[in-house]
This record gives sequence, structure tokens and C-alpha cells, in this order.
Amino acid sequence: MHGLSSRADIAEPFIRMRNVRKVYRTRGQDFLAVSDVTLDVGAGELVSLVGPSGCGKSTVLKILAGLHSHEGGEVVIGRAGYGPEAFEAGRDVGMVFQQPLLLKWRRVVDNVLLPAEILGLPMRAARERALDLLDMVGLAGFADKYPYELSGGMQQRAAIARAFIHDPKLVLMDEPFGALDALTREKMNLELLRIWQDSRKTIVFVTHGIQEAVFIATRVAVLTAGPARMADTFTVDLPYPRELGLKSTAAFGDYTRRIYDLLEM
Amino acid sequence: MGGVVRRMSETAAQRGTGNGDDRQSGGPWPLLRRWGPGIASHVALIVLWHLVVVLGEIPPFIMPTPWQTLQTLWQPDYQWPGHIAITAGEVFGGYLLAVTIGVGLAVAFTWSRPVERSAMPVLVTLNMIPKVAMAPLFIVWLGYGLFPNMVIAFTISFFPILLTTARGLREVEPELLDLVRALKGSRWQIFIKIQLPGALPYLFSGMKVATVLAVAGAIVGEFMGSSGGLGYLMQSRQGFLDTAGMFMAVILVSLIGVLMYGAVLLLERLVVVSDARVE
Ligand SMILES: Nc1ncnc2c1ncn2[C@@H]1O[C@H](COP(=O)(O)OP(=O)(O)OP(=O)(O)O)[C@@H](O)[C@H]1O
Ligand SMILES: [Mg+2]
Repeated sequence: MHGLSSRADIAEPFIRMRNVRKVYRTRGQDFLAVSDVTLDVGAGELVSLVGPSGCGKSTVLKILAGLHSHEGGEVVIGRAGYGPEAFEAGRDVGMVFQQPLLLKWRRVVDNVLLPAEILGLPMRAARERALDLLDMVGLAGFADKYPYELSGGMQQRAAIARAFIHDPKLVLMDEPFGALDALTREKMNLELLRIWQDSRKTIVFVTHGIQEAVFIATRVAVLTAGPARMADTFTVDLPYPRELGLKSTAAFGDYTRRIYDLLEM
Repeated sequence: MGGVVRRMSETAAQRGTGNGDDRQSGGPWPLLRRWGPGIASHVALIVLWHLVVVLGEIPPFIMPTPWQTLQTLWQPDYQWPGHIAITAGEVFGGYLLAVTIGVGLAVAFTWSRPVERSAMPVLVTLNMIPKVAMAPLFIVWLGYGLFPNMVIAFTISFFPILLTTARGLREVEPELLDLVRALKGSRWQIFIKIQLPGALPYLFSGMKVATVLAVAGAIVGEFMGSSGGLGYLMQSRQGFLDTAGMFMAVILVSLIGVLMYGAVLLLERLVVVSDARVE
């Protein structure tokens, strides 16, 4: 099983997860949420994590974010020290969730600045960067609005800008477009790809959407129904920049079918 | 570039935060449309009062006309300013105490689970005591005067403030906490940047409920025993069947409540972004 998911061609993975297990302990009851996840992610990759609801995707993401401990196996992210592979837990993680989770009482730009405030970064430079990021996510001119003045899609763009404000090496996204309508979602997929290619960050992207998973990712990791095990990981050998027309090609269909088969649908 | 962007959006934001009712501006009409019905219904109530008294031929010692009531205002022997000051002082003092202690306890509860677990049940039990029933005891303990009435106003009005504030402080999206914790944010940062501003709308909803209660508490205290205040005035005028004076006292008490409520509303408008307000 593990042999299947190990990746030989990433010599020095940025993220190295080996046989990770996670048990939640609630009210004396133990609940096995993740039984065996092995995954390598190279620096600058955009990896999709797909699997049925409740299988443990968010749990895997929280382990990567350093929010949860794990029982078995090992998780190594980057390396200590300097250089592009250096990774400092806390400093180098950005997160985006299904809900934008913007603070209602803060203007958009001040919402984007929240991580910078928490990390105690120099605010003047951070503010400039925030405005640049808002520009990047297509929200130039909305910096001084309040969240309620923005549509759901725009709020989610702001949330993405917030995840990038402290220039993290790793961005974790948990169904970031799951609450958006299909049209907005496709548009956001394209935007995300553009942002990713500009910033060259490592992104782990959790999704229910099989098409979405294939469309954006350099690689797809498929998890089985919970407790999560790796069903398969495979490289999506489709060229970037990707356009929506790609979805109707045979090659794309092969990839999505592969996931459907793995999930026995 | 950022400067231009910001200036452009400033006007839009101002437009957005304005009151949603008066979208079409121009002339006094929007203002009239907004406030007119409310003013008209107040006037109608007074007219109705007048008609009931006049057409029903109700004697003044049962129910005075609005005009008879108003006339008491410029009779010096009522000493309105002094009584108003005493009642207002009791209401405001008790209210301030309620806000301070209510918010203080709510904050203490979010910082310490054990404190909440032990203190909250006791407070719920204590809150079940009808505070009015405690009033004679307060007077035994604290004597006559402003202070015991302030304490009664406080005991009645503080609980809703505690409850709503505690709830507001608790109401944080778990994933938002994840986001801050992933950045190794401190407990203090979570409190000051997320919990406290998030709880403000809840605090205000509790404060609005508490205004009415504080007024009621102060008046009950004055009924029980006092040497001044609008409640005291009412009781002393009861003996003379001076219904007009008693009516005026009731109106002035209500006015104190209305003004306080208005002040809280105004403060809320200044402090809380319109979308975040809790109705
Ligand atoms: N804090 C927790 N305590 C106890 N059990 C938990 C906790 N978080 C998640 N679980 C359980 O672990 C399992 C995996 O949850 P997780 O949120 O990782 O799933 P998911 O794949 O993200 O699901 P979805 O696609 O619906 O978001 C679920 O059965 C869930 O009930
Ligand atoms: Mg999830």
C-alpha cells in the first residue's frame, strides 16, 4: 500500500509525510480519523487532496499546520535554517478555509493584515504588501470596504490575500471554493493558478471536487473513506497555463475517471 | 498607486456604512419619511389620552389631561430638578456598575474555565431571586439614600450584560482560532483582536436590555425607602391624590430610560460596524 504512494522522483520533498496516523480522543473515546497517510510534496507544487466527506482531509491539513499532533509516522516540512527550503512552523503557514472568516469589524485591508499583526511584522511594509496582494486577487479598490460590502467570492479572495500576507512558504487550503457557485468557482480556480504561478508557493488544496482537483493540481492525492488511507497519488501531466477548455479533453477525462475508480463511484 | 485606490474606495465605504433607509436623498422628505411615523404615533397617543379624559369626563384625581400633567412642571414646590438628578444618578450609577462588573465577570469567565464552571451556576441561582424582594434587605444593610438604590438598579440590570457578553466572547469560529493558532498567536492576541471586538455587538444588546431594568430597579428602591427621587415624589404625592404630579413623575422616569437607551444606541453606532450589530 505504501509503495504505491511513495514518490521516487521527488528527491528532496518539501513536505514528507510517512505513515501518519491520527487518533482523536474525545470524552474517553478514541476515534481513528487517519490511519495511514504517506505523501510527498515538492517545493512549489500545488497538490490536491481528494476524498469522501469525513475521511480525514481537514485532519491531514491541520497536522501540516501544526495544529494537531499525530500518533504514528513522521511529518517533516522543509528544513531548519536559511534558504528556499527553510521552514519555520507558525511563521511559514498560510491558511484558507471554506468560509472566508473575515472579521466583520475590520476593513478588508485590515483583515488581510491580521497575520502580520499576530506575527509582529513591520506594519508599514505589511500594509503596502496587503494593497499589492489585494491588487493581485482582483480587489484593488476594495481595501477600505467592510466584508459585508463584498460578495462571497470577493470575500474569499480577501481570505486568500490574508493567507499570503506574511509570505509563508506553505499555503494550506481547505475547500476554499466549496461555498461558491459553480461559475465563480471555475473563475477562482483560474485565479488561484495565476496566483500560484506568480508566487511559486507550495500549496496543499483540499477539495471534494474531482474536476477541480485535477484541473489545478500538479499532483493529486486520493484518500479512501475514513479513517483515511492513501488510495493513490499521481502526477497530472497537463501543461500550464491551464484553460477551462482542458476539462473537455480526453486526457483530463482519464484523470478524473481514475479518481472516480479509486473512490469506487 | 495604493493611495489612489484607497481614496476611490473611501467614498464607496462611506456610502455603504450609512443608514440603509434613506437611500434617495434630497430635501427633508427622506428624514420625514424616516422619523415622521414615529413622531405621529406619539402625538396620536397624547391626543387619545386627552380625548379619553375629556369625553369620558374622568376626574383629574383619577386621570389628568396631558396639559394638566405638563403644568406641574413649572410649579416650584415639586422640586423637579433635584428629584430628577437623584433618580438619574441612581440609574446611571447602578447601570455603570452593572456594565463594569458584568463585562469584568464575562472576561474572567473566558480566561478561566474553572472560574466559569463554579461561579456561573451560583449566579444563575442568585438571578432567580426576585430582586424586588431583596430591596427591603438592601435598605436594612445599606441604609436610606442613593447608594442602596444604585445597588438595586445594579443587581437587576447586570445579569443580561454578563450573559450576552460571555456569549459574545465565546462565539468565535473555531477555524478562525485555527488560523491564529497556526501562526502561534497568543491567547492574549486572540482575546484582544478577535474575541473582544467580536463580543461588542453582544455587549450592546445586553446593555440595551439593561437600561430598562436599571430604571425599574432604581424606582423600586425609591418606593421602598428614600428621601428623594422621582419614585419618592410619586409616593409622597399619592397621599394628596395629586395624580397629575404622579403622571409627570412617571413620564420623567421614562424619559430618563429613553435618553439612556438613546445614548447606548448612539455609542453602538459609533463603535460597531453596522453589519456586525446584533438586534
Ligand atoms: N476535533 C475532533 N475531535 C474528534 N473527532 C474529530 C475532530 N475533528 C474531526 N473529527 C472526526 O474525524 C473524521 C475526519 O474529519 P475531517 O474533518 O478531517 O474530515 P474531512 O475529510 O475534512 O471531511 P469533510 O470533507 O466533510 O470536510 C470525522 O469523522 C470527524 O468526525
Ligand atoms: Mg474538511
